[in-house]
Amino acid sequence: MQPRAEMVHWMFATGLLVLGLCLLAEAIVGPEVWRARRWRAYLWPGLAFAMGVLMWPVMTFFTNSAIHMYAHGSWAEVLMLAGGAELGLVHGRLKSRWWRLTMPLAFAVTGTAFIVHEQNTWFFQRSAFLHHLLGWTFLIAAVIPLGLVFRPRSAALQASFALVFVVVATMLYCDRDLAPVFGHLSPLAGVPHR
Amino acid sequence: MSSTYVRSLPVARTHRNRRAQAISLLGPLTVAAGLVWAIVQPYRLTLLHPHGQGFWWLVVEPPLLVVVAGLFFALVVARPLLTDLEEFEASPRAIDARAGGCKPARHRRTSPTRRNA
Repeated sequence: MQPRAEMVHWMFATGLLVLGLCLLAEAIVGPEVWRARRWRAYLWPGLAFAMGVLMWPVMTFFTNSAIHMYAHGSWAEVLMLAGGAELGLVHGRLKSRWWRLTMPLAFAVTGTAFIVHEQNTWFFQRSAFLHHLLGWTFLIAAVIPLGLVFRPRSAALQASFALVFVVVATMLYCDRDLAPVFGHLSPLAGVPHR
Repeated sequence: MSSTYVRSLPVARTHRNRRAQAISLLGPLTVAAGLVWAIVQPYRLTLLHPHGQGFWWLVVEPPLLVVVAGLFFALVVARPLLTDLEEFEASPRAIDARAGGCKPARHRRTSPTRRNA
């Protein structure tokens, strides 16, 4: 009764898509309007934290190897840390802007974990390609939340930050357990299902 | 002074309208993306051929998940957000901010520096 790995990717993609839409809306209207209702201020940090919590069952039930366990475990930790830091900042418990450094840290750890835990080459099959692509996307995009630490009011950075989540969600939706990528599929990968 | 305000008000209103339009478009655009995906790749919708499918295949269908995400955003997030945006724009704080933002203060500040240089 366990879902396939690709389904877990799609479910996380949905969470990230909602997260991206919320961040994009906040970038458009500005923090004053976005935080006019208390629940909305907590929405995306809470979602990020919840996704970190949900990463633990992924770590537990989808442990193909030790490296998978380390990767999923580190994602769970940094997602919870970044989401929790944002929750603290929104609530007012945390004051220092340096807590925002947890988000670029989460991006960097996520990117590294994506690249490290994918042991096949780019064109081995689709999921291998997407893991490499997602890893590099997170690593490069880490400069955006880093920039937001120093320029939190920048609309361009806020919009870029939101769009990163939408792009990552799109990539995750493209994930399949076993499918070709641009016509490439290693014979070692197995027989593709639908 | 007053003429500056009068001239700049329609610009601020257009800006507000653009923001409201962008917010109200985000949800429907996401729903439309999910529907287009469902049309382009109908085989990813197991609801169209449910016989013999397991629980997860029937529940987790990517194009429908995109539609659900768009609907959630449009109904739960965008609707109250648009109301708040309208209220905020009508509040004295926002009007003051707009008026302050419309003053050509930067030109006044920079021109003496240029003259000195």
